[in-house]
Amino acid sequence: MTSRRLVLTRSATLVGAASTGLLLPEIVRAQSAKVRVGFMLPYTGTFAQLGVAIENGTRLAIDQQGGKLGGREIEYFKVDDESEPSKGIENATKLIQRDKVDVLIGTVHSGVQMGIHKVARESGVLNLIPNAGVHIATRAQCAPNVFRTSFSNSQPTRALGKAMIDRGHKKAVWITWKYAAGDEAFEGFKESYTAAGGTIIKELGLPFPNVEFQALLTEIAALKPDAVACFFAGGGAAKFIKDYAAAGLKGKIPLYGSGFLTEGMLDDATAPSAQGIMTALHYSDSLNTKRNQEFRLAYAKTFRMQPDVYAVQGYDTGLLLTQGATAVKGDLNNKKDLYSALENAVVDSPRGKWTMSKSHNPVQDMYLRVVEGKENKVLGVAVKALADSGAGCRMG
Amino acid sequence: MDLANFLIQLLNSAQYGLLLFMLAAGLTLIFGIMGVVNLAHGSFYMLGAYLAYWLMGLSGSLTVAIIGGTLLMVLFGLLLEKYLFRYFYERDHLDQVLLTFGLIYIFEELRSILWGDDVHGVAVPALWEWSIQLTDNLSYPGYRLFMSGVCIVFALALYFLISKTKIGMKIRAGAFNRDMAESLGINIGRIHALVFAIGIALASIAGMVAAPVSSVYPNMGSQVLIMCFVVVVIGGIGSVRGALIAAMLVGLVDTFGKVLLPQVSGMLVYVLMALVLLWKPEGLLKQ
Repeated sequence: MTSRRLVLTRSATLVGAASTGLLLPEIVRAQSAKVRVGFMLPYTGTFAQLGVAIENGTRLAIDQQGGKLGGREIEYFKVDDESEPSKGIENATKLIQRDKVDVLIGTVHSGVQMGIHKVARESGVLNLIPNAGVHIATRAQCAPNVFRTSFSNSQPTRALGKAMIDRGHKKAVWITWKYAAGDEAFEGFKESYTAAGGTIIKELGLPFPNVEFQALLTEIAALKPDAVACFFAGGGAAKFIKDYAAAGLKGKIPLYGSGFLTEGMLDDATAPSAQGIMTALHYSDSLNTKRNQEFRLAYAKTFRMQPDVYAVQGYDTGLLLTQGATAVKGDLNNKKDLYSALENAVVDSPRGKWTMSKSHNPVQDMYLRVVEGKENKVLGVAVKALADSGAGCRMG
Repeated sequence: MDLANFLIQLLNSAQYGLLLFMLAAGLTLIFGIMGVVNLAHGSFYMLGAYLAYWLMGLSGSLTVAIIGGTLLMVLFGLLLEKYLFRYFYERDHLDQVLLTFGLIYIFEELRSILWGDDVHGVAVPALWEWSIQLTDNLSYPGYRLFMSGVCIVFALALYFLISKTKIGMKIRAGAFNRDMAESLGINIGRIHALVFAIGIALASIAGMVAAPVSSVYPNMGSQVLIMCFVVVVIGGIGSVRGALIAAMLVGLVDTFGKVLLPQVSGMLVYVLMALVLLWKPEGLLKQ
């Protein structure tokens, strides 16, 4: 049923769209303008380095293929999302309405992603997610124009269960921050670990981003599990690693985690406490493949710094976008063919080849890694072609 | 939970409580004696921690970092008091809240300019890098004992200063009746500057001592600020002894809550606060 108010608001939207040029005949836009690519990433704040790495990676991938999209020149637009969820909708709207981008690449923070997601679903503009792993974007609220090139929050932990059982750890304690990403990471661990025959004897948690772990570490020592599995990232991860060692648990109760636990943490201060920690992730700096070494060399030469997993995710975003644009010869308004090209893409990534799931999330190998010295040494593939369940996703 | 574990968790509670006390004592003093609501108190903790990181990088010694950092922060506090806070004693609490809320942003930006937005670890000094084997698989880090020791020393010093010395008597007189104290020849301006400096010193020392175990990271001040306010409100605004009792209570509830009721641990401290306020609306010990 269409109410009168809905008719009114829709007509108002149409008038607004017409006045901003959104309704110009598509052919005119396709021929006249450069492709407009918008980055909505954190360029300040805690995640600033991640934003820069993602943009660098994307540009490198596009530049390596001639710096054009389907033969058309590119004009880039940038908005700093500050990892500030309350400004998510406003910033995404800026890129889409003011800058009229054809594709919006962003972002890192899951809360901000939800803002982008709302705007992307309403406007129908192509959105490529280069990091944020929030489940709902590729599950219950999946959309034909939204594609993720990184991971879903439960993907890395889903690779832990079997690896732990294979090593004889049948009773485990889980510990994380009590917030959305922590809960989603737990889903992956719980399902894979219990399916492999393991028992989770206790779930421990503390409010995000609290870092007073001492009481919980005492509890872990008292419970004496075969192993501990966890999800922590950023500064809290470094602190957890150090506290775990300081409490004397390192070397006595093996520690497993989502790869973000040790990603970028292995500096002089933390590396000694991190030795032997096992993690699962879709990438490792030390991945010994020709593809990865070529990528790392090119990135280091271009930007004079070492790439990380976020740079790879940005790089893959660039690869995916060029593949899609080439398939439609630069006409990004040919949405049917564009989306079908993106859905069927095989991305030849530094992390290894991956494909797109039905709900638009990477189907990718998860590596089991162990901290040795200052690197995450790859022990092998923990799970091949791991897909997110995409539960509740109905495209349309 | 067996007895050994119970005792270890008690030790954890006490250590956390003592650190909270260091922070809350300054906040409650500044409010109780000067009547200023200082939302920027957590920022002094943050600045202290970053100073410890920075000075330790330069000198290689945490002792030097703590002494140097405290001197710098006290100087900074005296300047702030002289050129900013002094003009706000007589004004509405809302004005003070706006001022100190703005200061949080300024201090965070200052931190960002000076030290960047990265998380940094601070090494535990070699002297304290040992641990005591408590059970077959748990050790207690020596540095945590050192932290508790520092907190106890400062708590005792504060008690002695306020209740046994002449300056302490003047501070108490000023808090009790400002006009009367002034007419008796006490220089209240100087007392306020002193109290402000003590408050800042306590917060920044807490930050410096905690830096090796907590790492230093942006916005670390806002997290502790909320806990500080909980402690001050439970203890009774302005009461240092109340803050001590409240800090130990919060330490106990937080520690055992995390272990026994992990699902709701985040809110237990606030439940405690609500219960105390129902029972004693002015806090445990009202001045």
